[in-house]
Amino acid sequence: MKVIRIDRGEGKFREGLKLLQNSYVAFGPLKEDREVYNFKILGDKTPDLNIQNTYLSPKGIVFPQSEVMLKYTLDETKEDCNLMKEAEKDKKPKAVFGIRPCDAASFLIAKRNFDTADYKDPYWISSYEATTFAGLACNEPCSTCFCKSAGYGPFNEEGLDLLFVDFNSYFLIKVLTPKGEELMKKANWQNVVDSDKALADILSKKTSCEDKFTTSIATSNLKSKTILELYNAPFWEEESFACLNCGTCTFVCPTCWCFDIQDENCGCDGVRMKNWDSCMFPLFTLHGTGHNPRGNKQQRVRQRFMHKLKYYLDKYDKGIQCVGCGRCVRLCPVNIDIRRISEKMNGYKACN
Amino acid sequence: MQNPYLPYPVRIAEIITETEDKNLKTFKFTFLKKEDEENFKYRSGQFSELSVTGKGEIPIGIASSPTEKGFLKFTVNKVGLVSSHLHTMKVGDIMGIRGPMGNSYPWDILEGKNVVIIGGGFAFTTLRSSIIYMLNPENRPKFKEINVIYGARTPGMLLYKEELASWEKRDDIKMHITVDAANDPNWKYNVGFVPTITEKKAPPADKDTYAIICGPPIMIKFTQPVLDKLGYTHDHIIMSLENRMKCGIGMCGRCNIGKEFVCKDGPVFTLAELNKTPKEY
Ligand SMILES: Cc1cc2nc3c(=O)[nH]c(=O)nc-3n(C[C@H](O)[C@H](O)[C@H](O)COP(=O)(O)OP(=O)(O)OC[C@H]3O[C@@H](n4cnc5c(N)ncnc54)[C@H](O)[C@@H]3O)c2cc1C
Ligand code: SF4
Ligand code: SF4
Ligand code: FES
Repeated sequence: MKVIRIDRGEGKFREGLKLLQNSYVAFGPLKEDREVYNFKILGDKTPDLNIQNTYLSPKGIVFPQSEVMLKYTLDETKEDCNLMKEAEKDKKPKAVFGIRPCDAASFLIAKRNFDTADYKDPYWISSYEATTFAGLACNEPCSTCFCKSAGYGPFNEEGLDLLFVDFNSYFLIKVLTPKGEELMKKANWQNVVDSDKALADILSKKTSCEDKFTTSIATSNLKSKTILELYNAPFWEEESFACLNCGTCTFVCPTCWCFDIQDENCGCDGVRMKNWDSCMFPLFTLHGTGHNPRGNKQQRVRQRFMHKLKYYLDKYDKGIQCVGCGRCVRLCPVNIDIRRISEKMNGYKACN
Repeated sequence: MQNPYLPYPVRIAEIITETEDKNLKTFKFTFLKKEDEENFKYRSGQFSELSVTGKGEIPIGIASSPTEKGFLKFTVNKVGLVSSHLHTMKVGDIMGIRGPMGNSYPWDILEGKNVVIIGGGFAFTTLRSSIIYMLNPENRPKFKEINVIYGARTPGMLLYKEELASWEKRDDIKMHITVDAANDPNWKYNVGFVPTITEKKAPPADKDTYAIICGPPIMIKFTQPVLDKLGYTHDHIIMSLENRMKCGIGMCGRCNIGKEFVCKDGPVFTLAELNKTPKEY
């Protein structure tokens, strides 16, 4: 494994960030108004690497909140009137700088939905493939982080092309893929160091962070229960009682990917687009006849957690559909907490 | 990479108003490109997304049969945004079709078996496709007895009236058409709700007899106990679901019942399968 060192003081770091923007559209965590941090295009700004979890997850870099798929004209004097065509897409390579390991892993979870044996979503896949993930390991977990028990961890490498580890005055960077190698070249970060020593230093940082987790999610028994057993459990009423169906949880979650398709017309031209949607909204499942299979909030809250903690687990056998970033826990206005719900599910036994 | 969101362009070749309330129209489409027609290989029970440019898409069961070449047929109820707009369109108009989607009726299992088709209201579309498919001279020998129980509110609300009449005349299919109430003094078929007629006319259950049932929830609710009474086991009762859909390819997340997506893993399920999933349909 190749490990590269960048000293922060020498200007090499900022220089590299500038250089790589000749080849990539580079994103990183930046402060917006007040204390809101999100992934933004860097330009000449330096990413804020102290912030751990941005408000919004970086999922929008690969899967924009609104994305044009097709375009058309309704102008009857035109020959191609009513014919759907593919819209041009910006195919420029993207680099996400300072993405945390949990968020990087979330793309692998979503990929199972968009890249299947039967169908491939060309928008999601091409965007994903054009993106290089330059991750930053977490030296300290936040109080609401439970990535480790969710199956990932603060130094998790799955889904990353590069792993930066912060040693205050310098970074050590593990080069994980050819894509990562390419980015390092473009940024002219080429100071290769003795990897045995470097990997040992990284490992000790990792262990020290992992020891500091104060919170976890319980999932060990979920697999052995049947869908209907959990679905019919009595705690859903109580757990969903306070929910406002505001959709914050699905909006900020890196592993929520549900979307809607809408036509938007402007004069005679129009586009067919994909927009983020949420299982927390009644319209999500409303039939044209007025019937709604998930018409009340208890059904919708149950859907969100059953999807993440049971349906996904059963469908793919690749763990739960949650990377433990803690965003939904932190931002839910009424403190609905996936850890508490998973605990209830995990410990539930139906009495026959 | 093939784009599964891009519809094939089609032209409306014919429009037939099916019912006396004029809320149901059958649209016949032809493909603008020959190669698209060749790519569109489907089985009875599958559906498509009909794309009305500038309005959106709706999932509609394919009413034509794969044995009918050169066109596709769909029967559309006027409900909301897209279906109402479709009802205003004219022969010659251009729109789009994506598909075919979904799993279809289990034709590999149904071969060599007795098939009982039970339909109500306008949910007869993919059942029409299935009947035409089975009655095709090449296919008919592959099936044993075929029974069809089909009901609507009034004679004027039945779909595909001419075809129903022609099937009535055949001896290789047993038709049991019924209406809730006949307002026509010349009505010569059954009167009564579908569950009642099922109880009287459906063949007894055995391991070689499968029932396919499609209709409004209320009809299904009352027909299922009748089939239970007749001894049909739940893995011999086949149903097609209609959840709200958008993508039709298992990605947008809205049509699930438990871990199954109705658009991709369905829309056809046996009752035995449905018994194991949340009743979110
Ligand atoms: C597998 C399948 C087969 C179907 N076959 C037929 C058929 O053969 N004939 C027929 O008339 N109807 C059929 N339907 C129902 C039909 O799809 C809806 O009536 C139609 O989508 C209503 O759309 P709208 O735009 O007119 O209504 P609106 O209420 O304006 O709906 C807005 C959008 O929501 C979605 N939507 C709303 N209701 C439904 C629904 N029940 N099912 C799926 N998506 C919905 C559509 O994307 C629609 O464009 C079928 C549905 C499914 C799932
Ligand atoms: S953030 Fe909380 S209140 Fe809002 S929809 Fe999610 S669970 Fe409900
Ligand atoms: S469910 Fe909550 S904790 Fe899990 S990935 Fe989504 S936002 Fe993060
Ligand atoms: S319609 Fe999108 S997942 Fe089924």
